Amino acid sequence: MWAVYKKELNSYFHSPVAYVLIGLFVLLTAIFFYPYVLSLFGDFTPVLSTMGFILLFIVPILTMRILAEDRKNGTEVLLLTSPTSLTKIVVGKFLAAYTVFGIMTAVTFVFPIILSFYGGPISPQLIGAYVGFLLLGASFISFGVFSSSLTENQIIAAVIGFVGLMIMLLADTLAPAVGGFLGKVLGWISLMTRYNDFYNGILGLGPIVYYLTFTGVFIFLTIRVIERRRWSQG
Amino acid sequence: MIEINKLTKRYGQIEAVKNISFTVNEGEILGFLGPNGAGKSTTMNIITGYLPATEGSVKVDGFDILEEPEEVKKRIGFLPEQPPVYKDMTVSEYLKFVSDLKYVPKSKQKAQLDDIMELCGITDHVGRLIKNLSKGYRQRVGLAQSLIGNPDVLVLDEPTVGLDPKQIIEIRNLIKSLGKKHTIILSSHILPEVSAVCERVVIINKGEIAAVDTPENLSKGLNSASRLTATIAGPQNQVSKLINDIYGVKYNEVLGKPNKDTLTYVIESDKEIDVRRPLFFAMAKAGYPIIELRSMDMTLEDIFLKVTTVEEGVH
Repeated sequence: MWAVYKKELNSYFHSPVAYVLIGLFVLLTAIFFYPYVLSLFGDFTPVLSTMGFILLFIVPILTMRILAEDRKNGTEVLLLTSPTSLTKIVVGKFLAAYTVFGIMTAVTFVFPIILSFYGGPISPQLIGAYVGFLLLGASFISFGVFSSSLTENQIIAAVIGFVGLMIMLLADTLAPAVGGFLGKVLGWISLMTRYNDFYNGILGLGPIVYYLTFTGVFIFLTIRVIERRRWSQG
Repeated sequence: MIEINKLTKRYGQIEAVKNISFTVNEGEILGFLGPNGAGKSTTMNIITGYLPATEGSVKVDGFDILEEPEEVKKRIGFLPEQPPVYKDMTVSEYLKFVSDLKYVPKSKQKAQLDDIMELCGITDHVGRLIKNLSKGYRQRVGLAQSLIGNPDVLVLDEPTVGLDPKQIIEIRNLIKSLGKKHTIILSSHILPEVSAVCERVVIINKGEIAAVDTPENLSKGLNSASRLTATIAGPQNQVSKLINDIYGVKYNEVLGKPNKDTLTYVIESDKEIDVRRPLFFAMAKAGYPIIELRSMDMTLEDIFLKVTTVEEGVH
């Protein structure tokens, strides 16, 4: 597992991908940070909600190549015929992408630190919001990894990831409009509803379990997709 | 070492491999021969655990590939048709990654990699990005990858494709020397390669085994007659008659066009009877000099074509 993790992490940082994505993410955060500072009382927490939205664009690009590329280049054979199990391979890859995301998130912590010099305290609410953000990121990345397992084309993987996450983000807005059973389902897959709890300062067990389960389910589905393809492919 | 039992692989309606069985003994180099699309790669992918079989079983060292895949995978080094290399890694980064992937202990990695790189002749290229290497060197890196972890079994899918003639000879010699310590399955559609390297040959055609034997036995078994070509100066009808009069000659025919006053004859005779001496004396007596005399042993190519076309006739 750590072999795959190390290799993936290296390939993120040997290419410009990680730097560009981290840079872009921090830049966008900074752009949103600026008006908040002007209008609010030095509280960074609301910016985190916007950062969740920015992730929608960042994560599919971060994860698009993670499995699709192996399939396209034929290196999948190497991974699948090695004594390392498929679960470990997928988890290793997920963790590598998650580490890049973690670094991104850590960099944005610069903003509340800057604020703290000018009297904006690092509140427990902010810490809670960061915990929520890290959990949200895990769900996003697990879905991104899943969409990368569906195709050998990176662009298609990114589009699937983007559209899927978009639906999940908009689900709670759509849910009341659709109503009925489908509305309930949409409410269930809504990633944002639960995230709002965090940045409102509520650190409930429910949302934590929800995000972890969501992540686990999509990692499991990724493994199933690869297994299934091995049994049926030509 | 490897037991393949009634292996079948279906892709939807298409049967890529049909009920094939064979065993590979320990320390043996087995050639896996067949035209393109015969099911060679599919079989190798199943043996190495990349693809599951539809029916039948593969056992390596007593472990079943479906029941204990990790035990089997530990014992196999695989070089697929396309070397599975990461182009944006350097040779040494890549080989280290594969060592970790195969759980080679950190303390042993360096010594093992040095040996393998020396063996595969890539020591001078360790720091280069794989995407900048030529096809031949990528192939070597692929082969080096398969040797990591010192597996008992090597499965090599067309290991010499895309190499220049000098490299082909080097890789063949390398495989031969590896055969002393490893059990090797080697696929190819290049026949001299198989006869040069392998101790036993499995010929596969359209997903079925057409023949299993040593290259020599295949050559003998299918040769019901021995053939000669003789280039003789003299009038065709008389020479032809003289040849036919020799004991043991079945028939002769003229090959190609006359060159000045000489003609080339193909002479087929019973396998046990050597007609070369009587032919020489008969021609010498008649005063027709033999310019050239060659025996036409059936090459593996002929056998291959014969076996695979016989198969065709059955269907």
